[in-house]
Amino acid sequence: MAHRRQRILAVSSGGGHWVQLSRLRPAFEGHDVAYLTTESGYRDDVAPARFYTVRDASRWNKLALAASASKVLWVVLRERPAIVVSTGAAPGYLALRFAKLVGAQTAWIDSVANVEELSLSGQMASAKADLCLTQWPHLEGGRVGYRGTVL
Amino acid sequence: MIFATVGTQLPFDRMIAALDEWAGAQLDRRVFAQVGPGRYVPRHIEHRRFVAPAECRARMAAADAIVAHAGMGTILSALEMGKPLLVIPRRASLGEHRNEHQLATARRFADTGQLLVAFDEHELAEQLDELQRRGRPERISPFASDQLITALRQFIDGDDGTPLAA
Repeated sequence: MAHRRQRILAVSSGGGHWVQLSRLRPAFEGHDVAYLTTESGYRDDVAPARFYTVRDASRWNKLALAASASKVLWVVLRERPAIVVSTGAAPGYLALRFAKLVGAQTAWIDSVANVEELSLSGQMASAKADLCLTQWPHLEGGRVGYRGTVL
Repeated sequence: MIFATVGTQLPFDRMIAALDEWAGAQLDRRVFAQVGPGRYVPRHIEHRRFVAPAECRARMAAADAIVAHAGMGTILSALEMGKPLLVIPRRASLGEHRNEHQLATARRFADTGQLLVAFDEHELAEQLDELQRRGRPERISPFASDQLITALRQFIDGDDGTPLAA
């Protein structure tokens, strides 16, 4: 069955979050994907896709968080994605929240590093995301599903 | 050449100091370490605080073996390249991270045999010797499992037939 080409905004912090997001790319094939991350050096990984960066603000630094939030909001409004996908952490959660302003569907894939419980941002995202997945079967339950891993 | 990395966010002097000490006792072992914002100054190994992503990848690709904190970015990248890998988990109990997820990650991967783990700095020298003897592990696919790709693709295409557990 042929599917409509969708605008996707894929969001993650640097390091492991980005590597895990990159491993999801076959799911985006045939769609129009833009990336938002915290490290400008990743641009070449996904070129020629549209690419945005935001400063990595931790949840407990309010000023930096506000600055990051405005940038994430700007990207969401500019991109007007139909789908927002994130592998964490804070910028991904912000993007998921703002996605609702443009009516996007949202998916959160919690990092495989979170073996014992969902990350804090994952716990917050699980209340809001249309699809929220853990990578550990024993953490499945409520609004959180398990559908395999990035490995 | 061994490439060592502690990731971009936090210092990990316990790992770097133990690695430096081990390197000092080797005759012909070259080590380059990305040490992050730590205070310990290595004496026996080449080191820099930060390395840009492209250079980091190039150094990993050129290395015989990799030593790292138990961060998923490094673990996945090393497995994708099929490099012998030794990780040492950061401990929240020592103020090295916010929680003990690296310990859980290290335990999980230790069981798979895909990498070596030094659970503390005292095990590092022994595991570094073991790392020298290891062959290259099988490369893993650069993409997520079919199950996860399919689930995400169905969600994107809007035919997500299987609702999540209620």
